[in-house]
Amino acid sequence: MESQEMKGRPLQGFLALTHRELKKWYKEPLLLLITILQPLIWMIFLGKAMNLEAVFGGGLPPDLAKQLMLRSFGTTDYFSFMAMGMIAVTCLFTTMFTGFSIIWDRRLGFLNKVLSTPVSRASVVFAKVFYATLRSSFQVLIILAAAFALGLQTGPGFHPLYLLGVFLVTFMVCVTFSSLFLMLALRSTRWETPMAMVNLLVMPLMFASNVFFPLELMPGWLKTVASFNPLSYTNDALRQFTIYELDPNALLKDLTYLGLFCLFVSSLSIYLAKKYLSR
Amino acid sequence: MGDVIKAEGLTKVFNGFTAVDHITFRVREGEIFGFLGPNGAGKTTTIHMLTTVLKPTGGRAEVCGYDVVREPEKVRRSIGVVPQEYTADEDLTGYENVMLCADLYGLPKEEARKRALELLSLVQLEPFKDKRVETYSGGMRRRLELACGLINRPKVLFLDEPTLGLDVQTRTSIWRYILYLRETFGMTIFLTTHYLEEADHLCDRIAIIDHGKIVGEGSPSELKDSLGGDLLTLECEGEGVEEVLGEMDGVREVKKEGTEYRIKVNKGESVAPLLLKALGERGLTVKRLSLTKPTLNEVYLEKTGRSFRDQEERPEENLRQRITLWRARR
Repeated sequence: MESQEMKGRPLQGFLALTHRELKKWYKEPLLLLITILQPLIWMIFLGKAMNLEAVFGGGLPPDLAKQLMLRSFGTTDYFSFMAMGMIAVTCLFTTMFTGFSIIWDRRLGFLNKVLSTPVSRASVVFAKVFYATLRSSFQVLIILAAAFALGLQTGPGFHPLYLLGVFLVTFMVCVTFSSLFLMLALRSTRWETPMAMVNLLVMPLMFASNVFFPLELMPGWLKTVASFNPLSYTNDALRQFTIYELDPNALLKDLTYLGLFCLFVSSLSIYLAKKYLSR
Repeated sequence: MGDVIKAEGLTKVFNGFTAVDHITFRVREGEIFGFLGPNGAGKTTTIHMLTTVLKPTGGRAEVCGYDVVREPEKVRRSIGVVPQEYTADEDLTGYENVMLCADLYGLPKEEARKRALELLSLVQLEPFKDKRVETYSGGMRRRLELACGLINRPKVLFLDEPTLGLDVQTRTSIWRYILYLRETFGMTIFLTTHYLEEADHLCDRIAIIDHGKIVGEGSPSELKDSLGGDLLTLECEGEGVEEVLGEMDGVREVKKEGTEYRIKVNKGESVAPLLLKALGERGLTVKRLSLTKPTLNEVYLEKTGRSFRDQEERPEENLRQRITLWRARR
């Protein structure tokens, strides 16, 4: 069959589209610099400024203060708690722009051109998702390096190989959120509406999770909300791999929830892309 | 020789606005077929349906024998599309852009490289292939788009407003490329335009589209002939002019306005010399004789009852066109 031999490698179109996006990023020094600075600023300013150790343990005997921290945060060092929370926040903020580039592609006619080629609709969407994921992973690498440099206290039994787990979680959370934000922009011809929706979503996602506080310290209703938030599972998994004493059961629960959520959202985005990219 | 594009009752409705209204037409293999109409007439929407970007609301269309709705994959493999917009990525070089298109068609790397260089030299962009598209002029960008559209060696090439916003000189050079492509590859070309001269110069056959409907179809000369021929304007002194005109073959209608005769004839260029001769034989002095060929503008006027002007457009398309015009002028 002619169409068979013309097919080429199935990933070729996907990789080409991803590469197109990546080139824009690494060919632009300022953008690259900002990508590196952003997570550092987040972590250093927020992580070091919110000195919850002083709040929790101020005036108490050091031993008691440590106990209190350990009981509330699972670690004695709030910076370590916060730094790992910043991984997910950075992923969230980097992926939230995924949708906008598809609006630009639509406006400039590039999307229509791509849609008239044999490349699959899923590739068009997933190139953007994958691009955001790669960018975030790069930022996570920076966060990890900086966190260790600034004195991250790893949990008992920590093994450097656990860091691979951090990247696995990064991958899942980025695919989840970039698919989600992309869906919001699929049918849009203007960026204002998706922008407003993203703004509406990002803050609650961040605060109704355990980025800054453990769920146990939240009021009951917020705890319920947060326990549906994939970010909570992300943060817990990330901390399990780095600063907690690894609890296999908790980790398995985190990864299962996150994995299923990721699978659901990304499949939905592919389904919607097939349906709505061409109207 | 068959029909490469067949559309039957093709219709597209956007939120209650009928952009394309039951159009039926056929494009034969190897011809340049033009959709002529003002902005907003439904030309781009038609191209989008034929290139599987938009799903028709009604009717059906086949491209290269494949149904655009049921076999979009096969349609996409057999066509090349050059959209109205400049879609090349500004941050990439010309060569990188062509290679990106090659990847979208899944061409093997070696073959892609070979074709990309071939096409870039065909459109004379070889010396600029490693420059970022940002630095390209409007004409260069249009040529780059042509190269991208040809990477999969399509059987049919769709050109949406191929010379939008280009100056006259560049426009003529793009026309030459289009004619060259047809000659070299025997490709079928479907193009849309709102430039009357472009349709006249390039197309073997034209469909005039107005408010989403086809109001006239045929070769440019057929369309013009259908108006009832050319116009001769004669200024002549002496008696018996009417008599001479009455005896001439091919004269269809004569009107006298002052000292001027406005004569509708079938084939102006063959009637004019005969007329001069006949008048001369009678000893009449011709002061002035001019021949006006009907243009597509008159055809359009006749078919739609309006002169050629823009119609209401969808805001999205409007914006895209403004962006294209802005880039073309750089």
